[in-house]
Amino acid sequence: MTASPHTRPVSVGLFATCLVDTLRPSVGFAAAQLIEEAGCEVSVPRQTCCGQPAFNSGDRVTTRALAEQMIAAFETFDYVVVPSGSCAGMIKTHYPELFVGEPDWMPRIARFCDKVYELVSFLVDVRGMTRVSAAYDGTVTYHDSCSGLRELGIKAQPRTLLASVEGLELAEMADSDVCCGFGGTFCVKYPDVSNAIVEKKAANIIASHADTLLAGDLGCLMNMAGKLQRMGRDIKVRHVAEVLAGQGGDPAIGEPARADTALKQTAGTQGAQA
Amino acid sequence: MTSSRDIVFASVRRALGATGQEAPRRQEVADRIAGHPRGIIPARADLPPAQKIDLFKDMVRAADATLDHLASVADVPLAIATYLRERNLPPTILRGADPRLAALPWASAPNLDVWIGPSDGRQLAGLSHAFAGIAESGTVVMLSGPDNPSTLNLLPDHHLVVVEAADVAGDYETVWTRIRAAYGPGVLPRTVNWITGPSRSADIEQTLLLGAHGPRSLHVLLVGAAL
Amino acid sequence: MSVQITSPQFKANARAALADAPLQQALSKVGLSFIGRRSAAAAKLPEFEALRDSARDIKNHTLAHLDLYLERYEQQVIAAGGHVHFAVDAAEARDIVTRICREAGARTVTKGKTMIAEEIGLNDHLEAAGIQPVETDLGEYLIQIRGEAPSHIIAPAIHLNKEQVEEDFRRVHAHLAPERNLSEPTSLLAEARGELRAKFLAADVGITGANFLVAETGTSIIVTNEGNGDLTQTLPKTHIVLASLEKLVPTLEDVSQLLRVLARSATGQDMSVYTTFSTGPRRAGDVDGPQAYHVVILDNGRSGMLAGAFREMLRCIRCGACMNHCPVYQAVGGHAYGWVYPGPMGAVLTPALIGIEKGANLPNASTFCGRCEAVCPVRIPLPKLMRHWREKEFERHLTPAPQRYGLAFWAFFARRGWLYRPATRLAMWGLSRLGKAKGRFAALPLAGGWTKYRDFPTPQGDTFQAQWQARRRAQAQGQTQRGGNR
Repeated sequence: MTASPHTRPVSVGLFATCLVDTLRPSVGFAAAQLIEEAGCEVSVPRQTCCGQPAFNSGDRVTTRALAEQMIAAFETFDYVVVPSGSCAGMIKTHYPELFVGEPDWMPRIARFCDKVYELVSFLVDVRGMTRVSAAYDGTVTYHDSCSGLRELGIKAQPRTLLASVEGLELAEMADSDVCCGFGGTFCVKYPDVSNAIVEKKAANIIASHADTLLAGDLGCLMNMAGKLQRMGRDIKVRHVAEVLAGQGGDPAIGEPARADTALKQTAGTQGAQA
Repeated sequence: MTSSRDIVFASVRRALGATGQEAPRRQEVADRIAGHPRGIIPARADLPPAQKIDLFKDMVRAADATLDHLASVADVPLAIATYLRERNLPPTILRGADPRLAALPWASAPNLDVWIGPSDGRQLAGLSHAFAGIAESGTVVMLSGPDNPSTLNLLPDHHLVVVEAADVAGDYETVWTRIRAAYGPGVLPRTVNWITGPSRSADIEQTLLLGAHGPRSLHVLLVGAAL
Repeated sequence: MSVQITSPQFKANARAALADAPLQQALSKVGLSFIGRRSAAAAKLPEFEALRDSARDIKNHTLAHLDLYLERYEQQVIAAGGHVHFAVDAAEARDIVTRICREAGARTVTKGKTMIAEEIGLNDHLEAAGIQPVETDLGEYLIQIRGEAPSHIIAPAIHLNKEQVEEDFRRVHAHLAPERNLSEPTSLLAEARGELRAKFLAADVGITGANFLVAETGTSIIVTNEGNGDLTQTLPKTHIVLASLEKLVPTLEDVSQLLRVLARSATGQDMSVYTTFSTGPRRAGDVDGPQAYHVVILDNGRSGMLAGAFREMLRCIRCGACMNHCPVYQAVGGHAYGWVYPGPMGAVLTPALIGIEKGANLPNASTFCGRCEAVCPVRIPLPKLMRHWREKEFERHLTPAPQRYGLAFWAFFARRGWLYRPATRLAMWGLSRLGKAKGRFAALPLAGGWTKYRDFPTPQGDTFQAQWQARRRAQAQGQTQRGGNR
């Protein structure tokens, strides 16, 4: 698992995704910590978005431009790791479609896509990680986000690692593999339908009697957290990386920041400006 | 004037970028029809004869049909009489003119009233002779013809079907091979009915109920041992 | 039913469907019945996934040689004594059927379940010509007497409950004793069986669809559980098969492959009860069966689909698995889609048949969860094809303006990292200050679609990229300082 002293360490470019970058940086730090624990060196090159919103809106021109930007930023790393099944799936399974019939690009895209992994599948499938050193006092239920599950085959990997978290109990919900109704722009284009779907998901989450909901995609998590909170349910919602990295004590999605974490962030910001 | 047929063919060929005259394409199609390659055949029906019969019986029952396994064709008339009596049905049955059915020892069930011909919907019980049984799904294969009216398969409330154990195949493909041998390549009888259990519907609140428009009961009279 | 297109009003349809309590109750059963049965049937057959590949390959091969298989099929039907009619569009198909019915002197026609008849709006046309069509599939009968369209391609009345059916039967079967008990599905089924039996025997023409057409033998195949299709095509003097181009398969062996995945995907049965292969009219010496056999082959835009990416959609064998597994279909049911074909397969097929201008909502109303593709027996990449429609919509500037401008605004920044990073930092800084106390927003400007139903979390503060760089810089400084101290 760990590199021998003679070889250079495995380099990983962390693509945080736009949602993590803007709304929940703690997921990015949790991911970075886990990748380091897996014996790799983490870099965070300048990044924006993988292009998925444009791709799913039918805007191929923008998608293509963002894909080229993405490749230019990340192709020098040994691996590109993404704490999202949906963004990793976008790159790994859909980027090649954008360059079909372009012999200059196709081998380069294929090489690039081979290096791209969703975070948890990278840890388990590529780095052979079977356990983490983290503790979590609670009963969690895990939602299988659609792209990760069906495009990348992520199902067992998060459960393997969660089983090693001290004190954590897993209570599977019914239909954990059924869509939560987020669907990117779908949830704002068809809010009523999206709501009907997330209501069913929320009912399954509640029926699991878990106190915490985990998943690997921030979009889905925000959708489910937002619904549970609107229903007045006190179920903590977190990205799976946060729990695996032992950050399960920090405020969950939609919870107010505590004074100490707010301070820490301010310090970080001042550092950046210094 | 261009016919609709010509328009449709022209449109299909334009979309395919083909003229229809390309020799390799024509050859490929001719080869496929002549060779009718088999695809994936489930291994579950690839069994020695006795187990194949057991699978057929299991699958027939799994499809909500009933089944009597009789030692000999000579037992069929009595088995029919018993089936009708047990269900409080009149001892009357309508059958096709199939010589295999005609040859049964009907005298062994003297109270059974046997009629011959197609059904007009007034009969409670009909009797047919299957061309084959298919073990993989518990299906009986009925071929229409002068001796085997299709209406017998459909209109009576109770459809009784004689299937000879020797005619039970593992899979569908084996039956097509036998039908080709009997009728010639590219030729089928007017109707081939694969029947798997009695008629049913789940159209009201997805509640599965037997006896929609076709027979409410399908009873298979399996005859003899496997060869 | 007439082909009233309400697909452009998908959103309003969906809202109405979500507020329709009996419909919601009916839809809640879709998951329990169809999904569980399909997965159990698939699990019991080790070769199921290989059969899906085989089914896909057979359809691909057929479509690539469709002209030649059509030719062969036509020859074989004629050789068996039948007639083949080609119809370019719906109007022509309606006219052909009506003409055959008139020539047969038909007053009533029985109909097996045929989606093509729904597509071409046949019933209204027959009625206008003085010919009474009688739907005989129980589900189709239930919706015919209500004047509705099917809401599912294999379970047309899935949206109804038994109380609604009882009410309709009491209204339509007024000649039966009013005090009869119709409280259970069994008594409803028995009544429908009795009523329809007489219609089967009286009909002059029987019209069925076709699940498949076999080129090798000139055979049409129907697959039913009720046996209504068989009675429809066996009892009347004339049998008309309504089929579309893509129903062709080469051989009996090929169709056997497809039949192995059809029922399992549709209802979870190993095989449907009645799989019936019909070739021509009754033969010399036959004592039953139709005296005339006609096949109407409809194009209606399908040949155009052969040319491009949508060819893959022509593999569809109409099992309904995609809609059974679709979270959107499960939420709103089939009528919301506003035309004949609902669910994911409808979201791809409908724009091809009625135009993207009218059908644009359908390929957009998908979360791209991918469950449809995961269960499709012929492996149609339904999300990819829905995305293709979105591309066509975008290229033709049909995308609704707010979405288009929103996307353009976002893309402007996403393509300019040097602007994106400070802009997102500023925005997150502002939002995090605003929502700090509660940790989430119950309302946000420009995010009404989200906050109508859910809270939106307050950003944690500065962006990840900015914080990461700050930490790295601080670490580097720390190392330098430590190095200096040494």
